[in-house]
Amino acid sequence: MTEVQLRDPAHLVSRRARAYWLVRALPGWLVLGGVLTAVLVAADWSSAVTTGLAGTAAALALLHLLVMPQWRYRVHRWEVTDTAVYTQSGWFDQERRIAPVARVQTVDIERGPFEQLFGLANVTVTTASARGPLKIHALDRGTAEHIVAWLTDRAQATGGDGT
Amino acid sequence: MSITAPPAPPVENAEWHRLSRRMLLIHPVTEIGRALPALAGLFIAGSSHGSPWPGLIGTAVVAALSISRWFTTRLRITPQQVQLRHGLLRRKTIATARDRIRTVDVTAHLLHRLLGLARVVVGTGSNDRRGGGRLVLDGLTLDAATRLRDDLLHRVVAEDSTIGHPAADEPSAAEDVVLARLDTRWIRYAPFTLSGVVTGLVIWGFYWRVAGEGGVDLAKVGPLRTVVQALRDMPTGQRITVVTLGLVIFVAVTSTIGYVLAFWNFRLLRHAGGTLQVTRGLITSRATSIERRRLVGATISEPLPLRAVGAARVVAVATGLRTGRGAERGGEVLLPPAPLPVSLALVQRVLDGSTAVTAPLLAHGPAARRRRLMRGVLPGALLSVVLAVVWALGGPAWLVVIGLGLMVIGLALGIDRAAALGHGRAGGYLITRGGSLVRRRSVLDEQAIIGWNLRSTFFQRRLGLASLEATTAAGRQGYHVTDVPAGEALAMVESISPDLLRPFRTAPPATSR
Repeated sequence: MTEVQLRDPAHLVSRRARAYWLVRALPGWLVLGGVLTAVLVAADWSSAVTTGLAGTAAALALLHLLVMPQWRYRVHRWEVTDTAVYTQSGWFDQERRIAPVARVQTVDIERGPFEQLFGLANVTVTTASARGPLKIHALDRGTAEHIVAWLTDRAQATGGDGT
Repeated sequence: MSITAPPAPPVENAEWHRLSRRMLLIHPVTEIGRALPALAGLFIAGSSHGSPWPGLIGTAVVAALSISRWFTTRLRITPQQVQLRHGLLRRKTIATARDRIRTVDVTAHLLHRLLGLARVVVGTGSNDRRGGGRLVLDGLTLDAATRLRDDLLHRVVAEDSTIGHPAADEPSAAEDVVLARLDTRWIRYAPFTLSGVVTGLVIWGFYWRVAGEGGVDLAKVGPLRTVVQALRDMPTGQRITVVTLGLVIFVAVTSTIGYVLAFWNFRLLRHAGGTLQVTRGLITSRATSIERRRLVGATISEPLPLRAVGAARVVAVATGLRTGRGAERGGEVLLPPAPLPVSLALVQRVLDGSTAVTAPLLAHGPAARRRRLMRGVLPGALLSVVLAVVWALGGPAWLVVIGLGLMVIGLALGIDRAAALGHGRAGGYLITRGGSLVRRRSVLDEQAIIGWNLRSTFFQRRLGLASLEATTAAGRQGYHVTDVPAGEALAMVESISPDLLRPFRTAPPATSR
């Protein structure tokens, strides 16, 4: 059996994605930090256990905020050819998804508040399977619109009900 | 497979029809039943002023509205479409193209059956997944319902279509083949379905609601009081035994009742056109039809208790069927819990004799096995460490015993799950197997696979493993091959969908084309 290997999808996402992921991860840590501080202030601050707990949380937050956006930026990739859509996402846990263009049913662009702040957009490509949506996160708006236009053209050309 | 159906007999014409007039009796009963809490409130509010009028007027309004449903609903079947128009103030027309129809359900609950009526649900795959938008024709005569179903599914109807036959009786046409019917000996597996646990939880929830909202402690009323008192008088050991035994008997009995209610009269037929038809139910009868081209595989499902007694159920993998839970899952059961060999043989017959379901599977190797064991033991082990610390700080010793016990259970589950992992290809079908608490062996037509998801966690990558998921529009929507060596996973994707993968390979294809 010949060893089959897949290369990464060809394209990186937007450069601004790193800042976007950093900013999007901040609120969660801020809330946790706030709750932790409140608890520690209310309780007895000067014990070794509580200090250790706070220190660990702070270290984890710092590590996550420093490492995650860089790592994610290297993993998140996408490629659309004449016949297939191929995405790669995640960081600690990674996932590759492949679906044929002929089976694409809908293509959506979605822009939440954080995405708008950085001029980014997410593209979701769905097939007839509920388990199969391919999501490309943090694209330039222009790139996203280009992908949607391309896929919409192709999907119309192939026809059928996609199941 | 060749479907050479002659043109369907013209049971329809392009006029708007009403549903059966007998629904005028059913609508008020069901709607008043549904509005009962509100109506009871009106009656109580009225009686505090000494007047029954608010309640009576409320009931009359509900009845009138329910009857208006019949007057405002019209149905039309054209050669291209099934159209339903309804609504009193907001007129709404739902149209479904006939070539998009995948399943036709004919159900009849108690009231329907008393009046010889049935409810027809027309399913088109994409709508079902999003929950709404199914075409529901509530209240055709049973004759009309079965004729409509046969017609919509292009079934060959040999006899004069104006006569028709009730669906709940013997198979109507000579060319129907019975693939399976309920064997009453199978009912012995019913207690192992544990469906009675759900019933028990519902009753328990009801008890707490009555206690909470009604302020009535049922434990102090009637026969329950005697039981509670008797239990209080027993020594602890005896009490535990009695309660456990009582629960076991309760679950066994209610599970058996559930099995009989759901699967009495169960019959799986294959019509001449290839369409499968599942008929079942003691009080509410239902008949589900699945076109052969929509059936792309089957799953043999073995929950742990059933597996322990050598039984399994068979579930259809078809587009346009919803995936439900429990014994009453949405019309996709091809065989109720029955002996495993019977289940395997049935899958083979349903899939036109393909032996894929019994094909030998590839195991996933030592790395996958280690990962399953690790994941089984780890939660219990971590908990044991924490509990040991608590014990060292002065906690009770039995905490540690519980932690170790969980670890042993986890290990057993891990070993069982490792043994379950397997995948293979045979005769154009992909076969996947996995799971311990519910072991599933799924057979999926490779033509029905849309795309692939290849997932690997940080730890999987270190072990060179990946979890592969074949996505499809049918059944559970995705079928998993868990913890397979990454190279093997890609090789399989490549061999099943070579064109899909080719542009993304690192090296030019060595052999294929």
